[in-house]
Amino acid sequence: MLIEAWRYLLAHPAQFAVALGVHVTLSAAALAIGAAIAIPVGLYAARRPGVAFAAVNAANVGRTLPSLAVLALVMPLLGTGFAPSLFALSLLALPPILLNTVAGIRGIDPDIIDAARGMGMTPRGVLGKIEWPLALPVIFAGLRTAAIQVVSGAVLAAFIGGGGLGDFITAGIAMMAIPQLLVGAIPVTLLALGADFGFGVLQQRLTPRGMR
Amino acid sequence: MIEIEHLGKRFPGSDAPAVDDLTISIGDGEICVLIGPSGCGKTTTMRMINRMIEPDVGTICIAGRDVTRIDPVKLRRSVGYVIQQVGLFPHMTIAENIATVPHLLGWDASRIARRADELLARVDMDPARYRDRYPRELSGGQKQRVGVARALAADPPVMLMDEPFGALDPITRASLQDEFLRLLYELRKTIVFVTHDIDEALKMGTRIAIMRAGRLVQFDRPEAILAHPADSFVEAFVGGDRALKRLALMPAVDHATGALGVAPGAPRLPVTASLRDALSTLLATDRDAALIDTDRGEATITLGAIREALNGARH
Repeated sequence: MLIEAWRYLLAHPAQFAVALGVHVTLSAAALAIGAAIAIPVGLYAARRPGVAFAAVNAANVGRTLPSLAVLALVMPLLGTGFAPSLFALSLLALPPILLNTVAGIRGIDPDIIDAARGMGMTPRGVLGKIEWPLALPVIFAGLRTAAIQVVSGAVLAAFIGGGGLGDFITAGIAMMAIPQLLVGAIPVTLLALGADFGFGVLQQRLTPRGMR
Repeated sequence: MIEIEHLGKRFPGSDAPAVDDLTISIGDGEICVLIGPSGCGKTTTMRMINRMIEPDVGTICIAGRDVTRIDPVKLRRSVGYVIQQVGLFPHMTIAENIATVPHLLGWDASRIARRADELLARVDMDPARYRDRYPRELSGGQKQRVGVARALAADPPVMLMDEPFGALDPITRASLQDEFLRLLYELRKTIVFVTHDIDEALKMGTRIAIMRAGRLVQFDRPEAILAHPADSFVEAFVGGDRALKRLALMPAVDHATGALGVAPGAPRLPVTASLRDALSTLLATDRDAALIDTDRGEATITLGAIREALNGARH
């Protein structure tokens, strides 16, 4: 079976390269957009209990939505193709990053913040020199979760014409062609594991030395 | 000099004010202890001095300047701040922690490094050994040493200390109290010190402000509070053994007479002994008199002298 999958891959190298490229681009872009929205919102919300409550609840609702449902809901609004896939996957990336940003900031010992303010740090100084470095490992844990979800979720982009490795899987299922299916499934699995490992290493690196 | 006048603060959603019409004047070089039961407003009062809490009414002046007219960030950089849980920054080295305020004030790197080493030595920690360590690697007592060094970094004339020794074990606490008392007098800092421990207050304070439900009940020197508690609340607060506490504040040598007519084998006391130490020794050895070794020879302390000291017949 694996040999047949390998043969299929060798027979369609260009198609595979394009699919892999689209999959990685789609995932990376979705993660970047998700982070660009979720981190600032999380930082803003963390110190405002009312906003934080609303943000955390919204994120939790977002997290329970099945990825496929999100894609399906996006289709009537934005049509099919790369852009709506990117939109849906960015939405998918938001909750873990937002929740971890809020948790990372709120998890900091209040005495540390009190001491920083009491010694005359400006609110911006407290955020940049104290809160951000201390919350960074937790924020990266959120990015790691989001990365795995986005890489696996990107398979579903094939359903709305977004391309990526999901194309092989959906086609393989439709035609009962297991080797073709594996040409999509195995790389996706490896990508997800790779993202998990890569962000794990980054998370470790970004943990300040005094706290490892 | 810190002058607090008619200070008041009521937190939203609370019926009673946290601080109610408080007036205190603290002289330069003085250690003013704010003490009282939980919720008496002592910490709120302290935190209003560096505007961590904004007062509703009244004024606070440091060296004649109304703090509400100073930018809070600038104000806080000029006032030392030490809290019970220390609040060291875990991601920064000990030297970086100490350098916080000098760094904010824009000192150059070599001056900051010199100052950090100087302060580590001041709080009895070897700079070479500790400057590049992280807070996690320190014991509770060492953390508070660094906390005090950090507050002293830019040499502020005024320091606020909120139960700085509250989280330490009794032995570490006692030795840090002695050490910092010496250090703070030497540096002539004006200090507002919050505690709920009356023994600590009697030991550390040049004057003690006893607070209850946001109001000042008594503000006086430790001996005066022990000798003349303003009311039954203060009396209960200082405890049933206040006579012994008074004796603990009096050096035995001040009440001693020449070493005449003492029976042989009398117990001997060091020159640092208090009247309380003397009393304890006399009772334990069942004697009427003990000898004190001073640099000018021996002196005698008697049970009668202790009784007189307590009842104000002398001094």
